[in-house]
Amino acid sequence: MGAQILFFLCAALILISAIMVVTVRNLIHAALWLIATLFGAALLYASLDASFIAVVQVVVYIGAIAIMFIFAVMLTRRELLIKTDQTNANWPLALGLSAVMLVALGYVIGGFGVTLNTTPAAIPAGVDPLTLLGKALLAPEAYVLPFEVASVLLLAAMVGAVYVAMNKK
Amino acid sequence: MNFWTDPIKLAFDGLMGLFSSWGMAADAAAVVINLLGIVGLISAVMVLDILLVWVERKVVARFQDRLGPNRVGPWGILQPFPDIIKLILKEDITPAGADKVAFNLAPILSLGSVLFLWAVVPLAATIYGVDLNVGLLYLVAAGAVGTLSIIMAGWSSNNKYALVGAYRMVANMISYEIPMVVALLIPTMLAGTMSIKGISDFQLEHGLFFFLTPLGALLFLISAIAELGRSPFDLNEGESEIVAGFHIEYSGMKFGLFYAGELLHAFTFGAFVGVLFFGGYAFPLPWGATNAFVAVFNVLFKGMVFYWVIMWVKYTVPRIRIDHMLAFNWKFLVPVSFTLLMVTAIFHSLLKDTGFWPYTLGMFLVNLIFGWLLLEMLRSRGRAEREQAEAPSTAAQAAHH
Amino acid sequence: MLNPWMFVGLFLIVGLLIPVAAIVLSALLAPRKPNPIKLSTYECGMETVGDSWVQFKAQYYVFALVFLIFDVETVFLFPWALALNALPFFAVVEGIVFILILIAGLSFAWRKGMLEWV
Repeated sequence: MGAQILFFLCAALILISAIMVVTVRNLIHAALWLIATLFGAALLYASLDASFIAVVQVVVYIGAIAIMFIFAVMLTRRELLIKTDQTNANWPLALGLSAVMLVALGYVIGGFGVTLNTTPAAIPAGVDPLTLLGKALLAPEAYVLPFEVASVLLLAAMVGAVYVAMNKK
Repeated sequence: MNFWTDPIKLAFDGLMGLFSSWGMAADAAAVVINLLGIVGLISAVMVLDILLVWVERKVVARFQDRLGPNRVGPWGILQPFPDIIKLILKEDITPAGADKVAFNLAPILSLGSVLFLWAVVPLAATIYGVDLNVGLLYLVAAGAVGTLSIIMAGWSSNNKYALVGAYRMVANMISYEIPMVVALLIPTMLAGTMSIKGISDFQLEHGLFFFLTPLGALLFLISAIAELGRSPFDLNEGESEIVAGFHIEYSGMKFGLFYAGELLHAFTFGAFVGVLFFGGYAFPLPWGATNAFVAVFNVLFKGMVFYWVIMWVKYTVPRIRIDHMLAFNWKFLVPVSFTLLMVTAIFHSLLKDTGFWPYTLGMFLVNLIFGWLLLEMLRSRGRAEREQAEAPSTAAQAAHH
Repeated sequence: MLNPWMFVGLFLIVGLLIPVAAIVLSALLAPRKPNPIKLSTYECGMETVGDSWVQFKAQYYVFALVFLIFDVETVFLFPWALALNALPFFAVVEGIVFILILIAGLSFAWRKGMLEWV
């Protein structure tokens, strides 16, 4: 029962702050609400005993991406933010697409056979999920190629960042 | 259950018996007892924090050839208490135009982010908050909350100088986070675990990590000082250019929280240097492995020693410019830290099965050679740059004569 | 015993309540006599000129971008460092290739002058 209450509290935090992100006018406030959303997701991971993902969520999303958003917001002009409309002509289309997405996700999750009383399976004693993750990432027969490709992807992101910065000058 | 080895378990069992005799469910009683333990731990840390105010003031006074606080109590040791009463009784001013919620939340998160760290500090074999299997990343995650509090404080103050201070401080903190995380990867690799208690225990059998990776320890100390925003990296303050940085508009207790957070942060990182690289709770007094009280003394003693080192650096080294700070990080510390990580990985894998002495001596020697090569490289590079800078002027002088 | 994350949750709550208690105590005991002059922004000892929403150098954003890339990289390296003891020497080589690719990225950014504070 406790796990369900915790889940609904986290879900409420995520949804309310997500709505605040898109409705508040002040962009810094939006960024702070976004941080609340991301933190709610970290809480969900922690409640599922997914320790690594939970801390990585905080380290990467709150510690790096949110900070980058705030830096980016401060590069903009304030007058621009206050005068622009928050919606554009495409909002009915966006609403329709979101509704389709919601139904599709509900259909997929319904297929898992999960009910409200399902609790996460406990990690078996003597199993260290982190070492298993490391072994899986490095084993040639498992995920070593995606692991190296991730590095190339990050390299591509770095090259992209260099070009973005060079255009600014 | 021995009182000297495991006082916490004894207290836990005693309270459990008491609560169940009151008819409380075992689960609820466990939560209540844990809550009591947390409140006790955090209160102890706050008392330590109050003592640190006195330590810091006394030590800086000695560095600057002054006496420091010496009126209230013996050696002025009671000085923090009048300070706290003053802070509490001061009128709290929220400047007009400040963003109220963020302005009030920032000091709370700032001290909170430091207190969070104490959940994973292993004070003894049996005294620790929680043994997280991702302890080292938890440390980094708590740091992210601290970064956030600074940017909130700077932005919500509605003051250009506060904002500039916050931006510089955050640029500093995020830059130096990279070498710090790489320095944390080295003990992770050596011990094969990310749990801080696991790393501490591992050193009981395999010797101090300082001997296996002295450069890693140094790297962690340097990036921790930068992460703390202490001199020579105190760009957030810059009294001459940006007044006092991100907390310029704060007064009373809220300023006090930033101040308390900074001191405790420095001490906590000192304690982490001790735990991660200097053998945790069983060094320098070996009885720490069995006696919980000696263990706590060991951890706090090493925390104090490295806190003193951090103060020593702070009060002797002048502030550096922001471009120098960023260049030092991205052009020196980041490449060096990754190279050190690769070198450590190679030699650790090659030597780990050769027995205690060849392994330890080999790793120490590798670090020594690496450090020596680094210094040689820096020296020749520095000489080349100096010659380049001096060349035009000497040429001009020659032409003049 | 308690689930470790439950403990961390309780710890976070208490860790935030302590500073809140300090502020509340101060608010209860301290005098409160605001006036417009007292509440004006301190700035640097002068009256504030203009808006505090100043435009920042793009350089801050650039460093945040580079930081983000390296942050993600180090997160990938934690499982690598953890599993190293249990794996053959080939795993070390894999990690080194991973790091070298990113070092190449750093040197590219360096060459293009992105790490300069201009």
